Amino acid sequence: MSGERTRKVQNAETASDATGIENGADAVVRALENAGVKHLFGIQGGAIMPVYDAIYDSEMNHITMAHEQGAVHAADAYGIVTGEPGVCMATSGPGATNLVTGIADANMDSDPLVALTGQVPTDVVGNDAFQETDAVGITSPVTKANTFADDPDSVGTDVGTAFALAKHGRQGPTLVDLPKDVTKGETETDPGGPTLPETYDSPEAADPDAVSGAAATIRKAERPVILAGGGVIKAEASDELRAFAMEHEIPVVTTMPGTGSFPEDHELSMEIVGMHGTGYANMAITVTDCLLAVGTRFDDRLTGGVETFAPDAEVIHIDIDPAEVSKNIEADHPLIGDAKAVLDQLADAMTGSPSTGAWLEQCETWKEEYSMEYAAPEDEPVKPQYVVERFDEATPEDTIVTAGVGQHQMWAWQYWTWTQPRTWVTSHGLGAMGYGLPGAIGAKLAAPDREVVCFDGDGSFLMTCQELSVAVREDLDITVVVLNNEAIGMVRQWQDVFFGQRHMASDYPWIPEFDTLAEAFGARGFRIDTDEEVEGVIEEALAYDGPSVVDVHIDPGEKVYPMVPGGGDNGLFALTEEQL
Amino acid sequence: MSRRRNVQQEGLEGPPPEERKRPIGRRNSQGIRIDPEVEAEPEPRRTTISAYVENEPGVLARVSGLFHRRQFNIESLTVGPTQNEGYSRITLVVEEPDPGIDQIQKQLEKLIPVIHVRELDRNPVARELIILKVDGEEPDKVQAITDMYDGEALDAGPETVTVQITGSEEKIDDAIDAFKQFNIREIARTGQAALARGAEETARVEERHT
Ligand SMILES: Cc1ncc(C[n+]2csc(CCOP(=O)(O)OP(=O)(O)O)c2C)c(N)n1
Repeated sequence: MSGERTRKVQNAETASDATGIENGADAVVRALENAGVKHLFGIQGGAIMPVYDAIYDSEMNHITMAHEQGAVHAADAYGIVTGEPGVCMATSGPGATNLVTGIADANMDSDPLVALTGQVPTDVVGNDAFQETDAVGITSPVTKANTFADDPDSVGTDVGTAFALAKHGRQGPTLVDLPKDVTKGETETDPGGPTLPETYDSPEAADPDAVSGAAATIRKAERPVILAGGGVIKAEASDELRAFAMEHEIPVVTTMPGTGSFPEDHELSMEIVGMHGTGYANMAITVTDCLLAVGTRFDDRLTGGVETFAPDAEVIHIDIDPAEVSKNIEADHPLIGDAKAVLDQLADAMTGSPSTGAWLEQCETWKEEYSMEYAAPEDEPVKPQYVVERFDEATPEDTIVTAGVGQHQMWAWQYWTWTQPRTWVTSHGLGAMGYGLPGAIGAKLAAPDREVVCFDGDGSFLMTCQELSVAVREDLDITVVVLNNEAIGMVRQWQDVFFGQRHMASDYPWIPEFDTLAEAFGARGFRIDTDEEVEGVIEEALAYDGPSVVDVHIDPGEKVYPMVPGGGDNGLFALTEEQL
Repeated sequence: MSRRRNVQQEGLEGPPPEERKRPIGRRNSQGIRIDPEVEAEPEPRRTTISAYVENEPGVLARVSGLFHRRQFNIESLTVGPTQNEGYSRITLVVEEPDPGIDQIQKQLEKLIPVIHVRELDRNPVARELIILKVDGEEPDKVQAITDMYDGEALDAGPETVTVQITGSEEKIDDAIDAFKQFNIREIARTGQAALARGAEETARVEERHT
């Protein structure tokens, strides 16, 4: 496309000599460049056209997505994989509202994300102009911060501030609404680098007295457990966490966003906890007498009913956000600060280790008793658990896995062996179906040299499968594995258990053939029905240098267990339907 | 490592719920560990919270939106500018158990335009204003009651008398009761404005935020 860029020269002549900036849109683009942004995900439209025009002259790579929801999920996944805010953009009105799901997802999961929305010119704002919606109003409840830019001279710094806020402290999504007259308005001001507002501060180290108190509690614990949340990964504290657990021989369970912060192939790992966590993790967290929780907000899918959550435990809670501490579970030892810094403090404050010998033995026993083993099918269709495991074995350790929402997501979570942070990329807190494919696109752009596999459900895939066009156009080597039960399976499972098998609106017998659909987009399509086909198809799909879709037909009756029903007691997790 | 086994088993195996090791303790609905024998739920209490905020467009919407979405029980909210240009004070009267009062302050602190938040002690200097419009048939009696509450008649006509009363919440409540005999036609009540007592600062505000 280099031939089209002749305008660059013209622009250089007319732009202000000092800064090369002529208008608000140039300042927005410069702010992004100054922040080190490389990729932008979006779809343009009337109100944001000035910004797109300014991008024309930029080295930044803009990926046009098929739907704004695709843009925001891709940017979100980019943020999860890199730790740097992903940037998405959309026009006013429907463009902005289409971003909302993804912004809410980033807010729930504290993912660094910057959303830029076009807005109608300021003189018609409030008049219900064409494609006017109050983007700031709509996204206020689901952003860390958002702002309406009202001045060409400061619009660039508004974007820089949004970037800094998304990245620092507790990460999260920010939005800047960009009225067209502001981006078209004259300015020569270079916004400089991303700067936090001066009123903003975020704690680094925790109160030393609280740290000593926590250390003493851990030291005398008999049944300690470390609960590693997404904050461990966000704070790049996985090494510190691992060192602490190993030094003091404390078993570790991870939340869904915290998955990968501690290697599951280590003997201290009790793996994943909560509604569909392992039996052994849920046993450990239920009877522990000392819970060291790091970077977690004690979501209800983790705790079940709070009344029965770790009720014998003194809770030590490390979190960067004071509002998360004692919000759902009271912290006996609140340690407010950055997880990396506080884990260092805590390590220094330890005067010895708890004696965990007997406790570790108990944990080992549980691992055996509640093993996640499943039976090989005799003549049934292929097992989704098996497909997940085979993909795990066929791919490198640093493979990034994305997922939609539902049973397939839970099987991927349960049966993949997680060993590295920033490899499990999905919609945790919001549970937004449709995340998987655009997430894989964002992840692949963030880590072009790594393998990216998306486990999707047929229902979830149908929500955003149009993004295959983007994967084909950008020639992204990703593999989408649709665990196809011709149903919105998780809902169907709940209907089986809680609604007397009344399958209202949960069977999807009319779904397309996904392998054929993939081919229609120009991707490669594969299909698996039986056990024997698994190896060969996996090999071929991974070897194919471009996007591929593997349609795996599984038994619609396959269920996700263990299961703690909503608001239930984690220690009473059900292993079978009869136990619910 | 594959966990697939070539044995026939019906789903996952392991000891059923009734055979498992159980904890002895319990938490209450706020996630606080309690004596399992006594079901203690924290009682709500009424208190005043003061927030010093940047006077930017939308700050009030952000604050009230926060209260709505987190289901905090709010009794009154007042807002007005301070002596420092560009800054306002929001005074909130809330009724929540202690953990809720703690959450309100922490969540408010997270809003970017909010500079400082604190709960005022149990006895702040607090006042509210009410304007009452009653039937004007007995103007003398209305005046007498108004005087009793150190109020002021603002408007009087053949049909109605409108008065103002300023004071503590209890005093205002009492006054409303007293005026009921004249048939209260309309009420406008401001909600509480408050400052910390004595030399104590209501908000810790750095020089740069004045
Ligand atoms: C956007 C959205 N709509 C609805 C739901 C509710 N929901 C949760 S899981 C689920 C079923 C998902 O079906 P599918 O993607 O086929 O996955 P499966 O459970 O069958 O593996 C639904 C509808 C949701 N999480 N997200």
